[in-house]
Amino acid sequence: MLKKLATDTIDWIDQRIPMTRVWNMHLAQYPTPKNFNFWYFFGSLAILVLVNQILTGIWLTMNYVPSSEGAFASVEYIMRDVEYGWLLRYLHSTGASAFFVVVYLHMFRGMIYGSYQKPRELLWLFGMFILLVLMAEAFMGYLLPWGQMSFWGAQVIISIFGAIPIIGDDLTLWIRGDYVISGATLNRFFALHVIALPLVLVILVFLHIIALHEVGSNNPDGVEIKRKKGSVKEEDKTKFKIHEYYSDKKDIVDAIPFHPYYTVKDIVGVVGFLFFFCAIVFFAPAMNGFFLEGPNFEAANPLKTPEHIFPVWYFTPFYAILRAIPDKLLGVIAMGAAIVMLALLPWVDRGKVKSVRYRCGMHKWNLGGFVITFFILGWIGATPQTDFKTILSQITTVTYFMFFVLLFVYSKNEVTKPLPERLTK
Amino acid sequence: MSNAPVDNSRRRFLTIATSVVGGMGAVGAAVPFIASWNPSERAKSAGAPVEVDISKLEPGQLIRVEWRGKPVWVVNRTPKMLETLKTLDSQLKDPSSEEEQQPDFAKNPYRSMRPEIFLAVGICTHLGCSPSFLKGNFGEKVEGVEDGFFCPCHGSKFDLAGRVFQSVPAPINLEIPPYMFVDDTTIIVGIEEGAA
Repeated sequence: MLKKLATDTIDWIDQRIPMTRVWNMHLAQYPTPKNFNFWYFFGSLAILVLVNQILTGIWLTMNYVPSSEGAFASVEYIMRDVEYGWLLRYLHSTGASAFFVVVYLHMFRGMIYGSYQKPRELLWLFGMFILLVLMAEAFMGYLLPWGQMSFWGAQVIISIFGAIPIIGDDLTLWIRGDYVISGATLNRFFALHVIALPLVLVILVFLHIIALHEVGSNNPDGVEIKRKKGSVKEEDKTKFKIHEYYSDKKDIVDAIPFHPYYTVKDIVGVVGFLFFFCAIVFFAPAMNGFFLEGPNFEAANPLKTPEHIFPVWYFTPFYAILRAIPDKLLGVIAMGAAIVMLALLPWVDRGKVKSVRYRCGMHKWNLGGFVITFFILGWIGATPQTDFKTILSQITTVTYFMFFVLLFVYSKNEVTKPLPERLTK
Repeated sequence: MSNAPVDNSRRRFLTIATSVVGGMGAVGAAVPFIASWNPSERAKSAGAPVEVDISKLEPGQLIRVEWRGKPVWVVNRTPKMLETLKTLDSQLKDPSSEEEQQPDFAKNPYRSMRPEIFLAVGICTHLGCSPSFLKGNFGEKVEGVEDGFFCPCHGSKFDLAGRVFQSVPAPINLEIPPYMFVDDTTIIVGIEEGAA
């Protein structure tokens, strides 16, 4: 009786909106490689953090005052007087850093397993757009508390646009809406931070997932699970029920449905993530100045720059590249190029083998060097400049770009290991 | 509905014409959205001139005043500081102020109207931080030069005439605002003599 009511209700809905079909196509009968390791947690974790940011963000706007007179005080009000306001704010500020941790690891996963390679170029590009919007979102959000670092950080970043020849000065004036960073700037950043960019972000995430489900996930072996129709013997095909949308076009091996197998596995990732996340939220929300910077506990003062000014850690590698070059326009170009080169990875890498497991030794060294470069640049960008660090940042700027140059060169005629016929463990 | 045969060239023309008109409409509709980001009338009128009293400005001292929301420095340079300025030309990017970063009256070695009193917009020409006034300890940054301005953000260095040193990120000298002396101890920042 109750069961009939349930199936009738589902039928009623399914005749009006494709609920069951979408559920099966994208979850219960969506084919996923069976050999995902922990690197594959970070996609779903990024969604978790996005939800956290949206939810805590909405709640913060309920008490935040977006004006140059009220902003700093309203953040203190949230911290001291609003019930659980401190928790909402720390969840949001820690969430911002967690977002970048998760996204950088997610990107690195794509790099080691060649997930950007054909046919996943567009998927990678959507990801890069997500990173760009995320950077804009984080930057604008950081102005809102209206502390010293908010103010002077924004001053520096907006001035970057002033390096563009001819239109630069008018462009910075237009972005600020005033001759200096002011309440006008704060208000528009608030509007963009809470409405415009989150909308764009959610749409891009949607497109990222749609693109993923069209081409299917890569995996740690970099061997496709979708084979040419008719090329696989019946007993080798996956035993699980896969949606016809996929199985009609291709023969599918070594696949398991996303739900329940990876939904359950991702819960393990979520628990592990929350362990670290909550530890920071409750015990070290400022993360020793890395997540919330000291000068930001002082209200913005347009007449006095703090003695040392740094962006938050997730911008420091790119900021160090900007600082390394003693020419304003070239520095800005180099910083932009650092991001553009990442976006071009699918075309820079001319290799046919995806996963680092089966690629040449040079590739492993190159990837390792890139990681070290990224960390050194991040450290330099977050600490005061000295002559030694200026030279070091120039060296690491070169090695950052050398990663792409080397990859382009050796990937053409790379000596690789034989690929397995089927997925390994 | 008429049963006339489809005229493809006519259909194409209409599609293009509609797209062009629609596109122009979209561009027109974007104007208010883009223009509303420009400084408002209130922001523009806040750029009024400010008056500075320098009667209590000791030699070697710097004071900051706010003009158009930006810090403007007023420095009373000692004769020794002025002497140092003359020796720096070979270390500077633009020693004789060729770039249009100052009113005509300040296009001289001191970049000021009166040699000892120096005014500049205290915003680094690199990325807009406000450099620090290093008095007596600028030698750590540039050997042999006692005083100068050092930008904490990206390490740009300027001498006491706001002239930028070589091999630092800032491309040009500090901006000198328009100003005029009302009497010996009062300066108005924001207008020049002769201007209405």
